[in-house]
Amino acid sequence: MVDLEYLKKSPFEKFWFNFVNFFKGLPSGIASFFKAIPKKLYKLWLAFAGIFLTVGRAAKDGDWKTRASFGIMGFGLLARKQYLRGAVYLLFEVLFILYMSFFGWKYLVKMGSLGEIACVEEWDDALGSFTYKFYDNSLLILLYSLLTLFIAAAFVYVWYQNVKGSLISQEFTEAHAALPTVKDDLRSYANENYHKSLLSVPMLGLVVFTVLPIFFMVFIAFTNYDKAHMPPQELFSWVGVDNFVTLLGGGVSANSKIFAYTFGEVLLWTIVWAFFATFTNYILGMIVAIMINKKGVKFKKLWRTVLVITIAVPQFVSLMFMSQLLADQGLINNLLLKWGLIDKAVPFLTDGTFARVTIIIVNVWIGIPYSMLICTGILMNIPEDLYESARIDGAGPVRAYMKITLPYMLHVTTPYLITQFIGNLNNFNVIFLLTGGNPSTLDMQFAGKTDLLITWLYKLTVSESQYGIASVIGIFTFIIVAVLSLVLYNRSKSVKNEEEFM
Amino acid sequence: MEKKKYKSKKAGETIALVLIYAVLIVISLVWLIPFFMLVILSFRGEAVGVSADYLFPKQWSFGNYVKLFTETKFPVWYGNTMLVSSVVTVLQTVIVLMTSYALSRLRFKMRKPLMNVMLILGMFPGFLSMTAVYFVLKEINLTQNLFGLILVFTASSAMQYYICKGFFDTIPKSLDEAARIDGASRHTIFVKIILPLAKPIIIYTILTAFIAPWGEYMFTSFIMLGDPDKFTVAVGMKSWLDNPTLAGDYFTVFCAAAVVVSIPITALFIWLQRYYVEGITGGSVKG
Repeated sequence: MVDLEYLKKSPFEKFWFNFVNFFKGLPSGIASFFKAIPKKLYKLWLAFAGIFLTVGRAAKDGDWKTRASFGIMGFGLLARKQYLRGAVYLLFEVLFILYMSFFGWKYLVKMGSLGEIACVEEWDDALGSFTYKFYDNSLLILLYSLLTLFIAAAFVYVWYQNVKGSLISQEFTEAHAALPTVKDDLRSYANENYHKSLLSVPMLGLVVFTVLPIFFMVFIAFTNYDKAHMPPQELFSWVGVDNFVTLLGGGVSANSKIFAYTFGEVLLWTIVWAFFATFTNYILGMIVAIMINKKGVKFKKLWRTVLVITIAVPQFVSLMFMSQLLADQGLINNLLLKWGLIDKAVPFLTDGTFARVTIIIVNVWIGIPYSMLICTGILMNIPEDLYESARIDGAGPVRAYMKITLPYMLHVTTPYLITQFIGNLNNFNVIFLLTGGNPSTLDMQFAGKTDLLITWLYKLTVSESQYGIASVIGIFTFIIVAVLSLVLYNRSKSVKNEEEFM
Repeated sequence: MEKKKYKSKKAGETIALVLIYAVLIVISLVWLIPFFMLVILSFRGEAVGVSADYLFPKQWSFGNYVKLFTETKFPVWYGNTMLVSSVVTVLQTVIVLMTSYALSRLRFKMRKPLMNVMLILGMFPGFLSMTAVYFVLKEINLTQNLFGLILVFTASSAMQYYICKGFFDTIPKSLDEAARIDGASRHTIFVKIILPLAKPIIIYTILTAFIAPWGEYMFTSFIMLGDPDKFTVAVGMKSWLDNPTLAGDYFTVFCAAAVVVSIPITALFIWLQRYYVEGITGGSVKG
C-alpha cells in the first residue's frame, strides 16, 4: 500500500490495517527474529575481540607492574598506591584458588561421568548389619560443578578487569594525571558506579536462585534422572537427547508413545486455555467497565467496590472454596438436586469437557474485577467527541464499540494482553487448586484432562520424580513462551512506533 | 415529528439504563454470593460435611472458629505466613526499588542486556528451577525452614522491577539534573528526591509483596513437603481438603479459616485500594 493511501485512512481503519498486518506478519516476524541472530553473534564477537585486544595491549605495552598483575591480581594497582582496589583483586584471587583447590576442582573433574560409584554395601561386624557408604552423588556433582563453572567465569571477568585497571592506571601515571584515591573510589560507588552498589545484591540473588537453577535443570534434561536413578543410592548419567526424543514421539517404547501423546494433549489444552482465559476476561471485563462508566449510571463507586472486594479475598481461598462448592457432592449440586432442577449431579469438575468449561468460567469470575479496573482507567481517556461524531453519523452503540472502543483498547493494552496470555500459559493456581488437573485418564502419563504444562511439570517432579522428562517439558514451555512473546513484543512495538493511535 | 423522535430516543436510553442496572445487579450478586456463602457456612454448628443440601445452618455457632484455633495447626500456619510475608515485604520492596531506580535512572553499559536477560529468565516456568533450588537449600540446611522460603521468595524479586521502573520513568529527569548541579550524589538523589515522590508505587509494591506469600502454593508445598508445622495457610488449608478422611468434617472449619485469612487482607486492600489500582493501570499500559 502506498503511504498516501495509508494516511488517508481514518485512525480506526489504520488500526485495523495494522492489526491485520500484525497477524499476516507473524511468520516473517519469526523469520526476522532468527535472521537477526547472526548479527547479534557478530556483535558479541566484537565485544570478545575487544577483550582480547585490551589484554594484548596490556601484554605488549604494559610495564613490569602491569604485566605482574597477569599473575598476581591487583599488583599493578597496589604498586601504584591504589590500595583498596588492588587489595580486593588480590583477595578475590586468593579466595578463588582456595575454593578451586579444596572444593571446586574435585567436582568439576567428575562432571563428564557424573560419578563412578554411588553407594557400597558393607557388612559391619560390630553392628551386625549392613551399613551403606555413600561415595559419588551425581546430583551434587552436577550442581557443584555448575557452580564452579559460574565462579570460574566470574574469575575470568574479574581477572580481565584487573588487567584493564592496571593498564589504565599505568597510562594515567605516564600522562602524569592524578590517580583516583581510595576516597575517590569509595565515593564513586554513590555516583558513577552507583548502579553497582544498587544492583549487586539483587543480581547475586538472581544468579544463585534463578540463573544457576535454570542451567542446572537444562542440564538435567540431558540425563536419566528419575525414580530408578535417585542419588545418593544410585547414580544418574548423561543420555543425550533421549528425553527430547521420548517427548516428541520418536521413541520406540510404549512409554514413549504415551508420553508423546500426553504432551500433545496437554500442550493443546494449555494454548486453548490461555487463549480463552485471556480473551474472555478481557472482553467481558471491558463490557462491565463500559456499563459502569456509561453516562447516567448511578452508584459507579458502589459497583466498582463490589468487584474490588472480590479481588481482596485471597485467590487461593476463592479457588479452593469453589472447588468444594462445585464438587459432585458439593453444595451447588445438592441444592440443584433438592430444587429438582437436575436429576443427577452435574459433573462440574469430574468430566473432562465440563471441567474445562467450568475452569474457564470460574476464571472469568476471578479475573473480571482485574480487567474491569484496568479498562476503567483507559476508557476514561477515550475522547468523548469521537463518540459524539459517531452518533451524528448514525452509529449505534454496538458499532461505536466495534469501531471506536475496541480498537482503542486493543491498541493501548496490547502489552497487558501479552503478559496476561503468557501468565495464563503458566497459570498454576487456578488449575491446581480447582481441579488438581483432574479428571485423570489412563490415556495420559501422569496427567489429567485439565492439566497445563506447568501442573504436569509439578506432578512429574513432586509425585513421580521424573526429573529428566520434567526438565524437557520446562524447556519446551520456555521455548513456546519465548518465541510467542519475542515475536509479539517486537511486532507490537513496531505497530506502536509506526504511528501513534490518533 | 422532531419532538417524537427525541422522545423515542429518550425511551431507548431509559431502557438501556434499566438493562444495565439489571445486569450490574446480577453481576454483583454473582460476585458476592459465594463470599456470603463462605461466611454463612463458617457459622454452621452441625457437622454434616460438604454434602449438605442446604445453605443456612440449622444451628448458628462459633464452634468452627473455636475448633480452628484450639484443635488445628491453623494458628501456627497463620503465624508462619505472617512472618514470611512481613519479612518478604520488607526485603522485596527494598530490592525492587533499588533495581528499578538503577534501571530507570542510571545509564551503564549492561543496562539493556540486563533487562533483556531478566525478560528471558521470566519466561522460564518458575517451577522448572525448583528442584535445583531445593537441593541448594538442602545443602545449606534450609529446607522445611521458613528462612529458606523467605530466601526463595526474595532472591528473585529483582525480576519484578517492571511496574516500578515504569513509575520512575515518569518522574521528570530535570529534577535529577537540578540536584546534580547542586552537587548531590546519585545516592542522595535516590533517597532524598525520588523515594519521597514514589509513595504510590512503594505502597503498591508493599501490597503485592505482602499478599503474594498468602496465596503461593507451588513453591511452599514443595519446600515444606512433609512438615505440617512449617506450612503456610494456603498449603495447610489445601491439605485438609486433600485428605479424604478430613475433607468432610473440615469443610466448615475450612470456611472459618478462609474468613480469618481474608479479613486482614481485605481490610488492607480496601484501605490501600487507590494505590493498587494506580499500580496496575499505570504499569499495564506503558509497555
